[in-house]
Order: sequence, then C-alpha cells, then structure tokens
Amino acid sequence: MEANRLTAHELLGALKEKRLSPKDIDEAIYARIGKIDSKVRAYPRTGNSGKEADEKAVGCAGPLCGLPVTVKDNICTTGLATECCSRILSGFYPPYDATVIAKLKSAGARIFPWKANMDEFAFGSSTENSCFGPTCNPWNTAFVPGGSSGGSAAAVAGDEAIWALGSDTGGSIRQPASFCGVVGLKPTYGRVSRFGLVAFASSLDQIGPITKDVEDSAILTGAISGYDPNDSTSVDYPVPDYTKSLGMDIKGLRIGMPKEYFVEGLDEQVKLSVKEAAGKLESLGACLKEVSLPHAQYAVPVYYIIATAEASSNLARFDGVKYGYRAPSESLMDMYKKTRSKGFGEEAKRRIILGTFALSHGYYDAYYLRALKVRTLIKKDFDTAFGDFDCIIAPTSPTPAFRIGEKASDPLKMYLSDIYTISVNLAGIPAISIPCGFTREGLPVGLQVMAKPFNEEMIFRVAHAFERNTEWHKARPQL
Amino acid sequence: MKYQTVIGLEVHLQLNTRTKAFCSCPTDFGRTPNSCVCPVCLGMPGTLPVYNKEALGYAIKVALAFSCKIQERTKFDRKNYFYPDLPKNYQISQYDLPLSRNGHLDISSGGNEKRIGITRIHLEEDAGKLIHGDKESMVDFNRAGVPLLEIVSEPDLNSPQEAFDYLTNLKNVIEYLDVSDCDMEKGSLRCDANISLRPEGSSGLGVKTELKNMNSFKGVKDALSYEVARQTGLLEAGEKLAQETRLWDAEKGVTSSMRTKEEANDYRYFPDPDLSVFVIGRETVSLAASRLPELPKEKAGRFMRDYGISAYEAGILTASRKGADFSEECIKLYPEKDKKSMVNWLIGPLLSEANARKRSLHELKIDKDELVNLLAFVDNQSISHLSAKSVLTQMIDSGRPASEIIKENNMLQISDAGELESMVCQIIAENEKTVNSFKSGKTNALMFLVGQVMKKSSGKANPKIVGDLIRRKIGDA
Amino acid sequence: MSIDKETVQHVAHLARMELESGELEKLSSQLQEILVFIDKLSLLDVKEAEPASHILPLSNVLREDSPKECLTPEEALRNAPAKDGNFFTVPKIIE
Repeated sequence: MEANRLTAHELLGALKEKRLSPKDIDEAIYARIGKIDSKVRAYPRTGNSGKEADEKAVGCAGPLCGLPVTVKDNICTTGLATECCSRILSGFYPPYDATVIAKLKSAGARIFPWKANMDEFAFGSSTENSCFGPTCNPWNTAFVPGGSSGGSAAAVAGDEAIWALGSDTGGSIRQPASFCGVVGLKPTYGRVSRFGLVAFASSLDQIGPITKDVEDSAILTGAISGYDPNDSTSVDYPVPDYTKSLGMDIKGLRIGMPKEYFVEGLDEQVKLSVKEAAGKLESLGACLKEVSLPHAQYAVPVYYIIATAEASSNLARFDGVKYGYRAPSESLMDMYKKTRSKGFGEEAKRRIILGTFALSHGYYDAYYLRALKVRTLIKKDFDTAFGDFDCIIAPTSPTPAFRIGEKASDPLKMYLSDIYTISVNLAGIPAISIPCGFTREGLPVGLQVMAKPFNEEMIFRVAHAFERNTEWHKARPQL
Repeated sequence: MKYQTVIGLEVHLQLNTRTKAFCSCPTDFGRTPNSCVCPVCLGMPGTLPVYNKEALGYAIKVALAFSCKIQERTKFDRKNYFYPDLPKNYQISQYDLPLSRNGHLDISSGGNEKRIGITRIHLEEDAGKLIHGDKESMVDFNRAGVPLLEIVSEPDLNSPQEAFDYLTNLKNVIEYLDVSDCDMEKGSLRCDANISLRPEGSSGLGVKTELKNMNSFKGVKDALSYEVARQTGLLEAGEKLAQETRLWDAEKGVTSSMRTKEEANDYRYFPDPDLSVFVIGRETVSLAASRLPELPKEKAGRFMRDYGISAYEAGILTASRKGADFSEECIKLYPEKDKKSMVNWLIGPLLSEANARKRSLHELKIDKDELVNLLAFVDNQSISHLSAKSVLTQMIDSGRPASEIIKENNMLQISDAGELESMVCQIIAENEKTVNSFKSGKTNALMFLVGQVMKKSSGKANPKIVGDLIRRKIGDA
Repeated sequence: MSIDKETVQHVAHLARMELESGELEKLSSQLQEILVFIDKLSLLDVKEAEPASHILPLSNVLREDSPKECLTPEEALRNAPAKDGNFFTVPKIIE
C-alpha cells in the first residue's frame, strides 16, 4: 500500500524499522495531492514553494520521527502563511509558533508546508466560507466535507495527509470528521494550549487531532496536550499516556444516550447507524441507558450568543494597522470601515454584527448575561449525567454531509447542523467522533463519545473498543 | 447666586514593574519605536495574555495604602473601542468587579484636614503612543501593555487647590510605596478631571464636564480654575452647560471642546475569557498590609513625637519618602539631644539649596556626616551662621568637607578677646560721635560699632564677644 | 426582541463595518430570524444560575515579572500594511 494511505502508528513502525523513509512518505503525499486535490481542494495554497523548502528538512528523530502533520490555517506557524482563509489576514506570516506546533516540532514531527482549508476564521460548518473557495467531500465531491476544519478532515480522509490538526469551537473538528469518515477529538477545555490558535471564541476553542483511527488520535492528543504558561486557561494537570487506554475492554461501563438528541430533525439513517453502534457497545459488555440533558435545546441559541460576542471582540484587532489587508482609504474611520467590510466575508460580518449586538448597551443582560447563565445550566446537566454514567454517546451531526450550496443561504439551518456538538464546547468536556456507518448514498456517519472533563482516557477506551470490533474506519473513498 | 465647585479626579498610574502587564516585554524602553514589543502586546492573532504577579502585588499595596477594601473576587473585562494605539481594539480593564473599592485619602489643604473618598482602584493596561505627522499618524506600541492602575476619587473636591493638594498627597503616598515613578511630565501619572458647579447649598450634581490633556499638577489646577470661571460665567448669564469633554491647552491657558462628533460610547464590556479570575483571600491581604511601609502621615506623627518638632516641620520633612529618609538619617547622626537645630537647617538652608538647584533634598550632593560637622562648627560658635550658609553652598558645589572650606577661607570666628581688643579700641577711637550717642542711651549705636568691627575682621569676629568688649571698653572709659 | 435596520446600521458602525443597502436588508432579516430563535432563552428561569464567564475553576493564574526577549522593530513591522521607519502608520487623525 502507498505510504500516504497508512496510519501514523503504522508509519512510525515502518520508519523505526527503516522499511520506509520520511522522503517516501512525502513523495506519496505529494503524489496523492497532485492526483486528487484539484477535486477535493483541501489545500488552498498548493502553488506555493513550501514543498521545496520542506524537502531539505526531512529527517527521522524524536517520538514522531519526522512524520508530517497537516495544520489548519488558523494555527500560527513561523515561516508559513497563517491567514484563517480570510482576505483580511492575507499575507500574514506569524513571527512565532503556536504552542502545539512547538510541541510537535520538539517531538520530531514536521509541519506540512501547506495549511489546510477552513471556513473563514472557523465561522461555518461546511468549509464553504473560505476566501479560497470550498473544499469538497472526498466521498462525494458534490457534498461538503463539514466544517470548519473541512480541509483537515478531507485531507486525512482522502489520504492527502497522514493526520491533521483542527480546531473545535462548536463542533468544527467532530462534525467534519463525521462527514468525512475519520476520527476527530475535541479535548477538554484547558487540556491543549490555545496559544497560537487564532481565537474565534476564547471560552470555547480547543485544538484537536483529526486522524485515520483512534490510536493515532491518542498519540497526537498526547503530543499536543499539557500546561502552557503562555495560556492562562490551560490547566496544569498531568498528561497520561493515552495509548494505554487502547485495547481495554468496556465491560460494565455505564453509557448514556441523551433522549433529547433522538428527536425530530435527526436523519433516519443517522439514527439507525447510531442505534446500531449503541447495540455494538452493549454487545461488548457496556451497560446502555437513556440519560436526560434537559437544557439541550438551549445549546444552539446560547452558543450563538456567546461565540459571536467573543468573536466580535476577538476579531476587532483586524483593522488594517498591524498586519493583513488594508483597503485604500482617506481617513481613519474610512480605513477601518473599508478594510473590515472588504476584508471579512459574509458569514464573518454576520457573526461580528450579531455578537456586537449581544454585547451592546441595553441588550447585554437580555442576551449575553442570560446566555452565560444558561451555559451554567447546560454544564450542570452534564455534571449530573456523569454522576451516573462513564460516558455519553450521541450522533455527531443530525444529518450526513449535505450538498455544497444547500444551506449556504440559510444561516440558521446551518447553525442547527451543530446541534449535537455545541453542548460539549459549552460544558468544556471532551468528545470524539468516530466512523460508525454509511448512508445508502455512501456518505459516512459519525458516532460521538463524550466524557467528563480531563477523562480523554475514557473516550479512547470506548472509541477504541468500538473500532476494534468494527470495520468502518477502514473504508476509503474512491477518488 | 453663589456656586459650589464639585470635582472628581481619575488618575492613571503606570506601575514600575520590570515587564508589561500581560507579556514579558521589558518596560524600560528607550527611544526606538516598536523595539519593546512582542506578538502579545502587538495584539497578533493567536496570542494570549497572562497577568504579571508583581503588578498585582503592587496594586494591592496601593489599594491598601488608600484604605480600600480589596475585593475577594476580581476579574478582568474587555473594554471594546477602536483606536490605532490600541493593538487589540479592546483594552483589558476591570468593570463590575474591580480590585478594590471604598478607600480614602486624607489631605491637608489650606491648613485644614479633609478626607477625600476613593471610589475604586482597578487594574488595566496602557495603550501605545500616537505621533501626528503632516500626512499620517504614526504608532509606537512600546508603551502598549504597561500595567496601569486607575484610581477614581469621589466628587469630594471643592476647589482647584484641593484637587492640586489631593494629587500632591496621592503622589506622596505612592512614592512611599515605590511602585511608580509618578512623573506626570513623563506620563507615568496621568490625570483627567470631572468638574461641575451647583448652587451653594444644593445637593444635586450640575452638568459634568470632563477635562483631559493636562500634563502637570499645576496644569490640572489651572484647567480647573479656568473651568470654574467659564462655567460660573455661563451660569450667571443664564446659559445652559453641555455635558462634554474639553481639552486643556497649557500654552493658551484655555480649555476647548473636543471636536469629535458626539457619539455615545458603548464599550461593550464583558469578562475577558482569556484570563482567570483572581481570588484574593484575607491572609493575602493581611500579609500585604503588614508589609506596607510607614506612610507619610504615620511618619510625620512619629517625627513629631521622636524629634519634638511641629506638625508643620514634620509635614515638610515627610513630603517625599526619600526626603524623609534623608532627613531622618541626618537627624539621627546629629549628636545633640535637642534636634531642633538640625531640623531648622534641613527645612531652612538645605531646602533652599535644593530648591535653587531644582532638586529634592535627598538629591543634594552632600555627605551627611559633613553636614553634622558643619553644624558642630556653628553650635560651638566656631563660625557664624552666615558663614555656615556659604560653607554649605560650597560643600554642595564641590563635595569637599566643611573643615577644609572653613580653613581655606579663613572663616573661623575670632572669639579670643585679646585678639579682638585692639580692633575694638581702634573702632572706638575712630567713632567718637557714635560712642557718645551710645553713652547717651542710643542702643542702636552699639550695633553700628559691632558692625564696624565685623567689617574690619572680614566677618570673622564673634559678634557676641565684640559687643561685650565694646560695652566694657566704653563703660571703662 | 426585534432588530430594525437602524439598529443593525448602528451596530455595524460600532463594529466598524459599512453595509451596502442590499446587504443591510438581507442581514437585518437574517438577524431577525436568528434573534427569534435565540429568544427561546427568555422563557427559561435563570434566577438560580451563576453566569459562566469561565468554564474552568481556575483562579490566580499569574506570571513572574521577569523580562524576555522582544521582537526587533523589523520583525514587529514585517506584516504591517503601512509603515514609516520604525512606526506603523495610519491615515492622519484629526483631533
């Protein structure tokens, strides 16, 4: 099999035994990109010369042995453009590496020189909101790959990457992983440093891995986790060896299924796949029961207030003064308004305005403050549930991938596609999406596994048990 | 109608920590623009703030020194507004849970003691600096992110002079804490004022004017005086005042309305999700309180008790921490039991020397032991008080010891009666008329004769002994 | 809660963006739809709930006051859209 089709843990074995060299891997990846990326468009900047520069640096050292990691365009990398797929940040070359990038480099990994496509500033669930144009789903290029980490997920699914980093604010790792039939983890808030991740919503954002299987997810999560003195919200809590959670049985584990998630709006085929997956877990000895998350229905509105409010402030710095795009202008006010109106795409403008409104005088209490209070209620739902359950399973998304353009003109409909992922960010808990089936149209379905804060080990244990006993993760798109 | 002036002051104080508030850039930047910046204080995408431990410690000190109540739970908020000197287009500040509230500062103004309320003291960060050129405005972010405290007073000040005295006292206390340079001209202390007038006896507040752009304490006082006159004039003419922000023009000595179009500020404060809350326990507060240095008021009280000096004298000596330390060392070195003489020298000749040199007392280049030596010469009447002042000037100019200067200038007083007698005889012989008028009871005449002897001796004769000698000689005659 | 075009216009100004008339029209109706959806929060009793401005129980995260290296002015200005010597520049501000 070509090197690019292997998992990272398979490649690490091959590299250590010298059956393969890093150069073989690079060549396979570049060949694959050359062959299919004109259809998938996971990498918007393949015209760049990064490839040549990178080839010189190929070596095998450290635990990650020179393996290349594909990185979402909102994670800062020195020497590589970091533009969040937005015109307003065009030409931005950060003078520093994000903490996760520094950690990967010191573990011997290489940063793949082409950054992955995304919805502008991670605003979206389809990767249609990129200033470079959309990425397509490798399973069917008429469909979206999900978003906002659609480039990362499509690259991994299409074997254009070994593994990748994404970011997840309301489902932006798990939903595209589910749409593309790969594994995506959103770690506990505070588990992975956000330093160097261009902020969308600071209280919700986390960086996480998108991989071909659960073992790779455990390896990459371990490599990027840990306390960072540069991030006041990162937690000084030991990082366990997550690979030790692999191969364990799940006998007697108490698994909850939220009744509020299996209601109207859930696609029948998705429902079927998830119920079958639940049956599988039961057959492996887990104890399945219904659980209630009473405030589940409020998650989307709470999210769209908190996330947009924080975003409106986080994105104020894009003003044409220090970096990125500046529109030709006569006066200061003119510069601000023209730069921001022309630099931001439609969805970014919509969210900035919604967020500014939610914080503005006279509306703060009704919107922002109330949303913060409901967030507490949502978190308490999970606290209560995890008193009785070891983990919670749910669909990752209410539907499989939708067609490109299908929801582009209806923002509310698009927002609702994150209905099962958003609560996890609001509560700050970890959750993974793993492949659990396909629709009749051949589109992947994802199963979400959630656990309590800092219990990624539970997630890997359950996800790996499911994966060991199913074949879904082995399927590959035909391209 | 008579009007009462109501003034509240907002002081912004730069803390002199080694690094900025939220990043590790040094704060001792030189003149090169944008040379003390990093991705964090430049507001680069992806960067995050982590607050400076020392700055929090300094802030707690200041709050306690003004008897503020430290809030058990405090957090940072974002104040959102666009301006090119603000890298993130929001300032990290504090809104509804400030570090501390409800303090006060006792000031002495016009001989009276008055307690001025301090509403709150909170943490925030400084902005960069803008320089306006012909065609464009230029931005330097060196100052961006320097830790600031905002100290907000109650509207308890009732005259420009009180405002001035409040600032002087405030600065004095902060200097004692050694947490800021407190230099208004360098911008490490900045002050905005709110002023309104109301009819005498009424308790409501008049229309408020915000004053900005003052860059000295005197500027604050002058701007406020100008406003009192301007607003009184308008009110007396029956006109209505507009709530506005006015800028002080120190050169013209006037305030003028800011021309920016009237746009109600909507700062959209919300808790900064990038920073943790601070929980400041009682133990932390009492530990910090126990470590506070002696503050000006306490020090003045102790000086009065220990050195037997007046409140006025103690006030002068404790007007700055370094001056007080200097003075106290001098007083302690001075061997006499009665410290009065040293205190008089400190607040007299030494302070004059300092003022003449535009220096503070402690900045004078004088060895304290030498000062004590000089006083010994005066005390044992080896030199005159007048000569001693000139010796002091020379000591400060040259840094040489008192004895050397006295010797070189041959300044030792002649107290030996034998040595003086011939001079006295000569003067008596030359001034027969004056001698006679003294004899006829005119005491002034004696002063004249003493003066003549002093002149003859080039000022070195001990005037007391000369007087005695003359009296005796004339009596003898 | 409803949001009219004037409010959207005002909020856009606060956020330093300008909207063309078509854009304003479309955005206003989209925001209205979103707000109607969001309004379901107003039905909920939140009297007992503390606002979760921070989801982690972290407090007193502080840093030592020890200086680290800065960027050089060249590095600081490398991404600047407009500069003059060691300064960032913006259109002249009239005060």
